[in-house]
Amino acid sequence: MAVAVDCRDVVKTFGTGDAAVKALRGVTLRAEAGEMTLLVGPSGCGKTTLITAIAGMLTPDSGAVSVFGTDIRTLSRGRLTAFRARSVGFVFQQFNLLPALTATENASIPLRVIGLPAREANRRAAALLDRLGLAAHRNRFPAELSGGQQQRVAIARALVHEPRLVVCDEPTASLDAASGRAAMELLRELAVRGDRAVIVVTHDDRIFSFADRIAHMADGRIEDIATQEAQAA
Amino acid sequence: MAVVALRMLFGDRAKYLGLVFGVAFATLLVTQQGGMFVGLMTRTASVIDDVREADIWVMDPQAQYIDTVRAMRDTELGRVRGVAGVAWAVPFYKASAPVKTLDGRIDNALLLGIDDATLIGLSRDIKLGRPEDLHRPDAIAIDEAGYLRLWPGEKLRLGRELELNDHRAVIVAITGASAAFTANIIIHAPYTRAIDYLPQGRDTLSFVLARAAPGQSPASVARAITVRTGLQALSSADFRWKTIDYYLAKTGIPISFGLVIVLGVVVGIAIVGLTFNMFVAENLRQYGALKAMGLSDLRLVGLVLLQGSVVGLMGFGIGLGLAACFFTFATQPPGALRGFSLPWWVAAGDAGLTALIVLLAMFASLRRVLVLDPAIVFR
Repeated sequence: MAVAVDCRDVVKTFGTGDAAVKALRGVTLRAEAGEMTLLVGPSGCGKTTLITAIAGMLTPDSGAVSVFGTDIRTLSRGRLTAFRARSVGFVFQQFNLLPALTATENASIPLRVIGLPAREANRRAAALLDRLGLAAHRNRFPAELSGGQQQRVAIARALVHEPRLVVCDEPTASLDAASGRAAMELLRELAVRGDRAVIVVTHDDRIFSFADRIAHMADGRIEDIATQEAQAA
Repeated sequence: MAVVALRMLFGDRAKYLGLVFGVAFATLLVTQQGGMFVGLMTRTASVIDDVREADIWVMDPQAQYIDTVRAMRDTELGRVRGVAGVAWAVPFYKASAPVKTLDGRIDNALLLGIDDATLIGLSRDIKLGRPEDLHRPDAIAIDEAGYLRLWPGEKLRLGRELELNDHRAVIVAITGASAAFTANIIIHAPYTRAIDYLPQGRDTLSFVLARAAPGQSPASVARAITVRTGLQALSSADFRWKTIDYYLAKTGIPISFGLVIVLGVVVGIAIVGLTFNMFVAENLRQYGALKAMGLSDLRLVGLVLLQGSVVGLMGFGIGLGLAACFFTFATQPPGALRGFSLPWWVAAGDAGLTALIVLLAMFASLRRVLVLDPAIVFR
């Protein structure tokens, strides 16, 4: 199985002197392609800092971060931006849908970012929304959708450009149990494929069953990584 | 992505309207005041502009502008006529005269004495009557706005009488003379009659109007007149600017209008800047999401600039339209603002100022977007 994400001895400190906060203290993590990896742990343990580094939005002080073989520390700012546009999909806790855009237009944004014409981007986004059961809500604005529907639009937006890595930050935190479960099922069904990987930061133990691997973090370190089988056992 | 930027902008209707209002308000203020200022300055030289036949003005060496009249001896006219390069020269009289209608209404008029024989100096715009009737006894021409000031709401009619410095005067022509800076009523009368209306000392000649012979430039002939006569001679264009320059330098008019224009710019920057900053602040997470999804800083700046440009164009269009309406409707004759207009270059200058307002207003917001950490979406 190919390695999707390979973090080695990643260190990140915010601030200096007495105010310095060591967010990551030498994190080593491997996430395999075709798997969903959950990052779990208490607040402030470094989960978000780690996925921010994996998504190429934060440069670690030391250590290596490789995503599908690309050492993102070696990429220039411009290449990193282009890398994110093509290779990474995002699902945010607060959805971050643009309120003035319809569901289709919101879902089409990553395609527009990589330069696809609006019409084609909308066509592809609409097709994906149909698959996600939102055919009747394509032209609705976020304010007209329920939380679960908004999250499905956000999932469509994360997947529409077929990225190899999908990064999710607390994707079920703003949803009720049923909607959260439905969102995770969709992520598993659409995003976890042979050459793709999903990394999810979560506190929600109700979704642990969707993971192939669960990495427990504490105090800026990975304490242990357990496979689903091991968890079940 | 342009559509996304515009939908973001139009989606926040309150702020969008606030932004457009800010730009429109600044544009209206700057354009209206700019146009008024230009109109006022043009009005200071309207007497010069209305004398189309002459291209040289000869006056006392101490005269600083059109309204500092120091009479010359009548013999100066002959001396000017004798200068090589002068095609012709005629006398011109300019004074202020009290006017009284038969029903007792009083006002002050600008009395212009024009050449008895040729009537050079008379406004070419004749609304009613015939110029040659000015040769009749007591005949004068009055401007339309002045007529309506003396007889408000009444139809233009020839043959009406009035008293000009207690002398009888009969209106035989009504002109469309340009509004003057110092008076609301403009009366033209033949030179010899005009000086009779306002008896003065021995010297009565306010100006000599002359024309350069064909092939000669007015400026060079004017210089020759000065050399030969010792009088001050200027081409019409030079005298016009000398008059405007005097008002620019010696009165508070430019400061007054300039302050309003500066205030318009400052208020525009403040309103647009604050509103745009609020707009960007409230959409910071959306910008952050776009940045996280791989939108480059350059394209993000492009989106913000597009939003600012649309606001600028809309606001400028509305402000300019309102200013144009003002200059169209409020300056109709015989109103006090008649003759004021909105020159294209004032509008063009205001377009530049509007662009400056929008750019300065957006500067802080642009910086905010540029330094925005895309990881904000994870917080």
